[in-house]
Amino acid sequence: MIKIQNLSLSIHDTPILQDVDLSIALGQVVGLVGESGSGKSMTALALMGLLPRGAELSGRVMLDETDLSTLDEPALCDIRGRRISMIFQEPMTALNPVKTIGDQVAETLLIHTDTSKTDALRIAAEKLTRVGLPQDRFPLDRYPHELSGGQRQRVCIAMAIALHPDLLIADEPTTALDVTTQAQILDLLKELVAEEGMGLLLITHDLAVVAGMADHVAVMRKGEIVEQGETEQLFRTMSHPYTRQLLEASGHAPDGDAQPSATPLLQVNGATRDYPLPRTRLFGPAPQFRAVDGISFTLNKGESLGLVGESGCGKSTISRAILGLEALQGGEILLNGTPITPDMDPTRRAGLQVVFQDPYGSFNPRWTVEKLVAEPFHLLGKRPEDWRDRVRHALAEVGLPGEAMTRYPHEFSGGQRQRIAIARALILRPELIVLDEAVSALDVSIRADILDLLADLQAKHGLAYLFISHDLGVVRNVTDRVLVMRAGQIVEEGDTDTVFAHPQHDYTRNLINAAPVIPPAWRTA
Amino acid sequence: MLRYLITRALSLGASLIVASLVIFAMIEVIPGDPASFMLGLNASPDTVAALRDDLGLNGSVTTRYVNWVGGLLVGDFGTSYTYRVPVSELILERLQVSLPLALFALILSTLIAIPVGLVAAARRGQMTDYTIMGATQMGIAVPNFWFAMLLVLVFAVQLRWFSAGGFPGWDNGIGPAVKALTLPAIALALPQASILARVMRSSLLDVLHQDYMRTARAKGLSVAQATRRHALRNAMIPVLTIIGLQFSFLLAGAIIIENVFFLPGLGRLIFQAITQRDLVVVESVVMLLVFAVILVTFLVDVAYAVVDPRLRRPA
Repeated sequence: MIKIQNLSLSIHDTPILQDVDLSIALGQVVGLVGESGSGKSMTALALMGLLPRGAELSGRVMLDETDLSTLDEPALCDIRGRRISMIFQEPMTALNPVKTIGDQVAETLLIHTDTSKTDALRIAAEKLTRVGLPQDRFPLDRYPHELSGGQRQRVCIAMAIALHPDLLIADEPTTALDVTTQAQILDLLKELVAEEGMGLLLITHDLAVVAGMADHVAVMRKGEIVEQGETEQLFRTMSHPYTRQLLEASGHAPDGDAQPSATPLLQVNGATRDYPLPRTRLFGPAPQFRAVDGISFTLNKGESLGLVGESGCGKSTISRAILGLEALQGGEILLNGTPITPDMDPTRRAGLQVVFQDPYGSFNPRWTVEKLVAEPFHLLGKRPEDWRDRVRHALAEVGLPGEAMTRYPHEFSGGQRQRIAIARALILRPELIVLDEAVSALDVSIRADILDLLADLQAKHGLAYLFISHDLGVVRNVTDRVLVMRAGQIVEEGDTDTVFAHPQHDYTRNLINAAPVIPPAWRTA
Repeated sequence: MLRYLITRALSLGASLIVASLVIFAMIEVIPGDPASFMLGLNASPDTVAALRDDLGLNGSVTTRYVNWVGGLLVGDFGTSYTYRVPVSELILERLQVSLPLALFALILSTLIAIPVGLVAAARRGQMTDYTIMGATQMGIAVPNFWFAMLLVLVFAVQLRWFSAGGFPGWDNGIGPAVKALTLPAIALALPQASILARVMRSSLLDVLHQDYMRTARAKGLSVAQATRRHALRNAMIPVLTIIGLQFSFLLAGAIIIENVFFLPGLGRLIFQAITQRDLVVVESVVMLLVFAVILVTFLVDVAYAVVDPRLRRPA
């Protein structure tokens, strides 16, 4: 019933989509897969008629017998939310913070139908209950900030299905969510497709997600659909090289020939970290929230240690304490046997560097790469004479040319920026690098390159990595040992292969089961 | 909500106490004796002694502070040395001009700024936007007394729609009083409206790029509906802050405009009190203005809570 035919799109004369053909039937789940910038979201926005200014469209977007590309704005408004609706990636910001969830769900009904406010709210309550937000726990007068990310995504879904649309477009609906929440939301979407008989266009960068969800998959690259077909068939044959490349990159395991020694580098002994909560009484002591609750572990020289857990489990908190940015309330952290504290001698920080998740936000945009990479030298008091040569060398090690030195961060892609961040971490030849979700924001093929680079550097310099991530697949492929963290405590620890093959703790089992996987049988080809 | 209001109210009380201490200390640290300072160099020792007695300057610092604050609480602001009348009477009389003038100007400025900011944001990057931005830039740059004189020239001298100055008082009916305040209110409001319109525009532009605006469009709302239902209330939060600051400024900052239009307002009172070294009046009027500023800040805080549920009901 939805047929996209020869759809091409350019924005201010830059071609975005070329000859896209895709159809979605009622009750069908179509997965649209590709890396960032491949045109997945633009395809969705073209379906919704919500393209940015300067967009020029050719081809047809047929909803039954109507060509949506010929409709005017009021006619499109009538279709959006009623026949085609959409949910987005960021549930935390997708809802209006100053309106109740009841009002926001009811609004879909109020603008498209003659329903009275009372009836609209009654239907909103039914829809919210249907998506797993029952009225006794989530009354209509809740505001978005009182809900978690997964709950907010459920509100968005309730809003989108309120009028039984023919097509629901879900643009990376679970990318911002934890793995167990992701599994619940995907299950909900699957149930709704079956119940409501609507079509679902599931846009994602994650092949494993479509493998478990879609009836039909289309792979997009640079604005074109390079391959599409029935899901299992497509995975088994992988006739296009790009599809194969994507699949390989997503499960990429770098060759790690580094041998960790048995000498402890980092020792965390009973570390406890409390945060004060807002006072409940005016003159009483502020209540404390224990983010890290007496955890202990050791990281040996040259070892890769994974730290996994869902958001809020305390993994970033412990990493800040390890970096000596925040003081502990109990226990101690030792690097080479000497305690790490916020007031330690700056030269000791040289042995301890970090790479963060966001390659866009981690740099001062007004500094040249040369200055950015050389910044850690201030820990030593003064820059060595040959600092420029050292910067050039560090950039060469991460695969960037010397000309990069005089350029600014905005001139580089996300993957290149992450290389600059690694060069900055390397410049003082540290023994330990904390990788805090360092590859989570990257596309799979770039992620594979960065993981290879990290493995090479480790072998060359005997680096130890503390690899913090919510992505179990990556942790499984790159670490020697793994710690599973939940609510401030380590619930399981051990050799990575053993933990993943035979998880002992229920929580670890839940995490592993919730992570979407491509059925191994499909990979045989 | 109640918790939030109580904490705000407590901080209001604390600010008032600190302000009273600072104002009192300032008068205390003026070199020499306040009485001889007020009377000038040529005063005879007897007159100074009499005034010291009058002002109650003979007690200890603590007693004087407690007496002063105690007086303020019951509305006894002392007696003006120059006017020989209770300061409370002076202030009340002047407030009858200043308070309505400030409110009038604030309402005008808000009524102009919000739609203007809205139009500029909606037409971003188009001719309308550039025109509005240019006009508001002028509104901020041109001093308000110049506007005031221009208004007098056009509407009082040429067209004779309004009088050029003076205030008939409220006893002769609301009409003439409002009419007398109209030109000064416009002169005060234009620069404020220019600032406010720019704040409104940028705040709205911010909100229009939020994810929830995209959600609203995906639901089927038109651009206008989405703006009205989802953007306005969110965009008002920074605008409220500026409105609060402007009211405090308008209440006491109208000295020049009051002079241009010969209005007996608070601004002129404090100006005259300073030139005549009438410390009792200065002290009280300053305290009153501080109180007004703190009260308005409190009201703005309350308005935040009304607009933003995240303050009303923290998660």
